[in-house]
Parts: sequence; structure tokens; C-alpha cells
Amino acid sequence: MPAAKAQAVFRGLMLIDADPVADSVALDRLGLWALGHYSPIVAVDGTDGIVLDTEGADHLQGGELPMITGIVNLFRAKKLTAKVAIADTWGAAHACVRAIKRDTVIVPRGEIVRAVEKLPISLLRLPEKVVQDLRVLGFQTVGELSNTPRAPIALRFGPEVGRRLDQMFGRMSDPIDPIRTADLVAVSRSFQEPIGAAETINKYVGRLVVQLVAELEKRGLGARRTDLIIHKVDNTVQAIRAGTAKPARDVAWLTKLFRDRTEKIEPGFGIEKLELIAVSAEPLVQEQKASSLVEEETKDFTPLVDIFANRGQRVYRFAPFPSDIPERSVQRVSAVAEQSDVWWVRHWRRPVRLFDRPEQIQAIAMMPDYPPATITWRGKRHRVRKADGPERVFGEWWRTPNELEAVRDYFVIENDGGERFWIFRAGDGIDPETGSHKWFMHGIFA
Amino acid sequence: MTAARDLVISDLRERIAALEGEGNRKVGSLPFGVPRIDAVLPGNGLAFGALHEFAGGGSGTVDGSAAALFAAGVAARTRGPIVWCLTRPDLFFPALAQVGLKASQVTFVESDKEDDVAANMEEALSYGGLGAVVGEMVRLPMVTSRRLQLVAERTGTMALVVRRWRRQTEANDFGQPTAATTRWRVSVMPSEDLPVPGIGRARWFLELLRSRAGECAEFCVGACDDQGRIDISARFADGQDKAGRSRYSG
Repeated sequence: MPAAKAQAVFRGLMLIDADPVADSVALDRLGLWALGHYSPIVAVDGTDGIVLDTEGADHLQGGELPMITGIVNLFRAKKLTAKVAIADTWGAAHACVRAIKRDTVIVPRGEIVRAVEKLPISLLRLPEKVVQDLRVLGFQTVGELSNTPRAPIALRFGPEVGRRLDQMFGRMSDPIDPIRTADLVAVSRSFQEPIGAAETINKYVGRLVVQLVAELEKRGLGARRTDLIIHKVDNTVQAIRAGTAKPARDVAWLTKLFRDRTEKIEPGFGIEKLELIAVSAEPLVQEQKASSLVEEETKDFTPLVDIFANRGQRVYRFAPFPSDIPERSVQRVSAVAEQSDVWWVRHWRRPVRLFDRPEQIQAIAMMPDYPPATITWRGKRHRVRKADGPERVFGEWWRTPNELEAVRDYFVIENDGGERFWIFRAGDGIDPETGSHKWFMHGIFA
Repeated sequence: MTAARDLVISDLRERIAALEGEGNRKVGSLPFGVPRIDAVLPGNGLAFGALHEFAGGGSGTVDGSAAALFAAGVAARTRGPIVWCLTRPDLFFPALAQVGLKASQVTFVESDKEDDVAANMEEALSYGGLGAVVGEMVRLPMVTSRRLQLVAERTGTMALVVRRWRRQTEANDFGQPTAATTRWRVSVMPSEDLPVPGIGRARWFLELLRSRAGECAEFCVGACDDQGRIDISARFADGQDKAGRSRYSG
């Protein structure tokens, strides 16, 4: 629509000149942001998109669907509309994302043909002229074009059309040339002869780490996230990402993180280039170590935390949380968090094992405030020999309004055999408003 | 005569120890502070740089809570950070804090698979500089326990394995041999009597089922106090539990 016509339709329309340069700069910035957050391989796609290779990186965001929904929501929070598609190939994702009405789509593995056959040929990443000429010949959709014999088309339009079709269907490789900023710290090593043996890879990764650390030291930085990009002979790229909990500039620490996962590298026909990039780096200043004769040196064990975290284990510490309700009184914090030594209540017994969900038990007890005489738990009857309690816990009305009246009365009981349990009654034993007066098993003492 | 014999024997002991522990093996042990228990253990305490195994007895085989608390008490008396590897996150930390562990001292490593626990323990042990590495495991085959023992020997970190089965019937597995230096079974017993209604200090029945180069023994002890120490229960102080049965020592 020409500007004059639009102004006639909409009164008071504000016109701003298109600024392709600023657009592409913004797109570059967006790509760098995605590089630090989602995947080591990111490139700008056309004038209005970004392409990411998220293979092996989506699990860090909880899977493909949570990842792309998260991306869309992030943009929506900034009042922008983003569309995201995941497919096996760059070409298919490029076409799908520009064709969908919804925000997100995931093309299942091997379903590319069905997904793209109805899409218009303008989404094939071909020059405008070629698309128009194909339209003149009567081609409208990708499906029609791909079902036509190749030779006459190649004769008329060159090999470009066939190449784009093959790339879309995954019959031809379509490498993504990842973007890099100037201030990224990167080192690389090309090989005259392709390498493949694990020992050789380890050796060169070790050398690259030494170079990277020297480079980081020059700039006073420490790596938080480091990618090892492996370029193979058959023009495919594999990436391994390692994160650290604190900025790191230690050769042994970083080397260990990559050597742990050498076995994940598939050399295929051979590796021709290794590249090591500190994607995310933070300032790391030199520290003076106190050298004292008496003071015990405590070893920093952040490297160990990183080894566990990069293997996919959950590493955490517990910290007290101000709450009287047992299951809320502990919270998990990061294993490298600075922690003050606040204490839990120490004078009341606490069980070693606490059940996720309290298990209902049958109990015979005098109301309102006596411990039970017998309980039946998991089909087994226990006679209560000794007991302590009640310890009354009130609901937290500031969290949920239906806890306003809630009360739990905790008892420690011991049976004939000496087993000690933590049980509670929902409610104070008098007022039915405070709880159901049912009994629950909540933990086991030592 | 006796002096000469002692000299020869101590010389022989040193040479045997040098043969057994390759390289510079870190020696030392962590005493319980209870003379009767320490006297039974070679080196007068739980050896650093060794694997120790704890299991619950009776109905405690499934939850292993007494075994876990006993291990926590041992860990609390070591110096340095603690790594605790597990698959089922149902430990309630306030209870561990009550036997002297600090929240800032213990790092938990939770994995989905049982096999990862052993791998994580091995990694933590080989890192060195930690106070103790605790793992909660269902199965502890000979090969795994041997590896853990060797890594622990190399770095001098104490390895504590808490055996925790899913079902009572699986607990037969505890009869299988492992390379652990000591094996303990911790069962709960009725608590100490108080002059008023209520529950007194918890008591445990502690069985030393295996101890390398030492005798087996059993004790009735008071549970860990706020610094992780146990003591011989007052009622049994007259020595009726003293008769150590050497079923399979060595």
C-alpha cells in the first residue's frame, strides 16, 4: 500500500522511514543475546529472523516446547510479537515460521514433507526474480515444485532452485555460519590432516584451553560459559557447551570440564578444526592470597560443583527459610551461594526423613491434646509407648487464604520396638474449622 | 627380650603397611571418643582414606534414617566441606543440623540414576580436600566398593556409604562381601527413660559387622548429640555388651 493511500484511510497516521541499517543492528544484538542464552550456533536469517541450532541445547531450557514458549513470552513481555518454529532443517523452519498464524510450531521429525508441501514458493529463500518467474510458469506451492522433474527447471533457473529444495528436505547440508562479536574471546586450531582419536582431541583441547586462559588473563576476564565448536570434514558442526558456577580462568578446571565429555564428540570422517569460545565472560580480578602460617587453607571446590552440574546432576545446598511449617522451612540454594549460618530451631526434635506428602494413618487418641494410644500405618499397627507433644503449627494466611484457620499438632511417638515417628493431626482437636482431625505420618526419626 | 621382640614386631608392621598402601598413604583416624569403641577399631578410630558402610537394621532398612544420622554424625566431626550424593531427596536438613552439620558445609548432589551416585562419589573423593563424601546407595557391588576404597586411599578423604533399600526383602544384599574397611549396622532401640512422660535421648544398637584387621563387636550407644558424638549408653555401661563376637573378622 502506498503511503499516500494509507494516510487517506487512517486519519492522523504517523509515518516513520524504514531504517534497514538500524534493523539489522538490532537483529545482530538479538542474535548475540540468543547466543548467550540458548545455543552456541546462532545466525541472522534474512532480514527479519534469527536461526538457532538448538540440537542438544534445548534440555537446558526444559525441552523444545517450554523453550520456544519461553522465547515467545519473553518477547511478549516487551510488547513485541515473535514467532518461533522448530524443524529438522533450516529451510523448513524458515518457511514454517513465516507461514504460521500461531506463535509457535514444532514440526515432528520426518514430517517436513507434509508440513511444507502446501506452503507458497516465496518461502524458499530464492531471489525475488526467480520466484516471480516460477509463478508465471504456474507453480504456486512448494509441493508442486518439488514434484516437477528437476532438469528443465535447472536448465532455465540454474541449480539454485534444486539446491534450496534439497536443503529444505534435508537432502543437502545447510551449515549455519554462527555469528561472533569482536569482543568474544575465541581461539581456534585447524588441522592439516583430520583428527579423530580421543587422545588427539584431548591433547588439542588442552592446548586450546591454555591459549584461551592466556587470552582471558590479558583482558582480566573469567569464563562463565564456554563452547567447544567442532568442525568436521563433511561440513557439519558439533558444539559442546560447558558452564561454570563462578568466572573461571583455571587451566585444569576448564580442561576437566571438556575432557569429561570428549566421548560425546562424534568425529565421523574426521575433525578439521576445533574452536574454543568463551561465550559469556565476567570480570575476574586477581586476588591476593593470605599466606599465613597458622590459618588453614580451605580449598575452593567450585570446580567440583561444575563437574557435577555439567554432567546433568542437580547440585544444591539447603538453607533455612523463616517458616514454621516443616516442609517450607528448608529451601534449596545454589551450591556456591554465600550463606549466613542462620539456624533452624535446635531444641525440638526433627526427623531425618521427611515425607513429600504426609501419609494418612489411623489413630486412636483422646481428644483434644493427647498423643495417640495406637496408630496403624501402611497396614501395620504400632502401640505408642512414649510420646512428646503437641507442637502446634499454624497456617500461613499470608500465603494462601484457606490456611487462615489451619492448625497442625505434631507429636513425636515411639513404639515398642523403639522406632520413632513424627505424626500430626490436622486441626486443634476442638474446632472443626481448623482441620479435618485426621492423623498423618510425616517423618521418621533415627 | 620383650623389648627386642616388640622392636622386631613393630618393624615388621611398618614394612607390611608400606607394602599394603602404595605410595604415600595418608594415615590417621577419627576417634569416636568412646574408649570402648575406639579400642576395638584398628588405629583407634574410623580410618580416614577408607570406605565405611552403614546400614539400618530392623524396620530401618527401608528408610535408613538411623544409619544416615550416624553417618552425618561422623561427617560432622571431620573438617572441611561434605558432599552428599543421593537419588531420593527426602532428607530433612534440620535433623542433620542437630547433629552438628552446618548448612553451608554440606553440598547435595542429586542424580536420577543409582549408578550415578557411585560415579559422583568417586569424582568427589578424587577431588581431595573434602572432609567426607557420603552416598546413599541401594546396591554396592564389589567392583564399585573397591574403586571407592582405592580412590579414598589415594586422597585420604573419608567415604561413607549409607545403604538404603527400597524393600525389606532386598536387604539380603547386605550379606554380600564388599571392599569396605568397616561395616556397621545401626538399629533403633527404645529411648532412655525419663522421670516424666516423654521421649529421652534416642539409643541405637550399633553392630560392627566387619572391620578390616580388627574384631567385630556390638555396642548399645546413645544417639549423636549436637556435635555428632555418640556415647555408651548408661544402662549398658556395666559391660554386658562387651563380648565381641568374631564372626568373620579380617
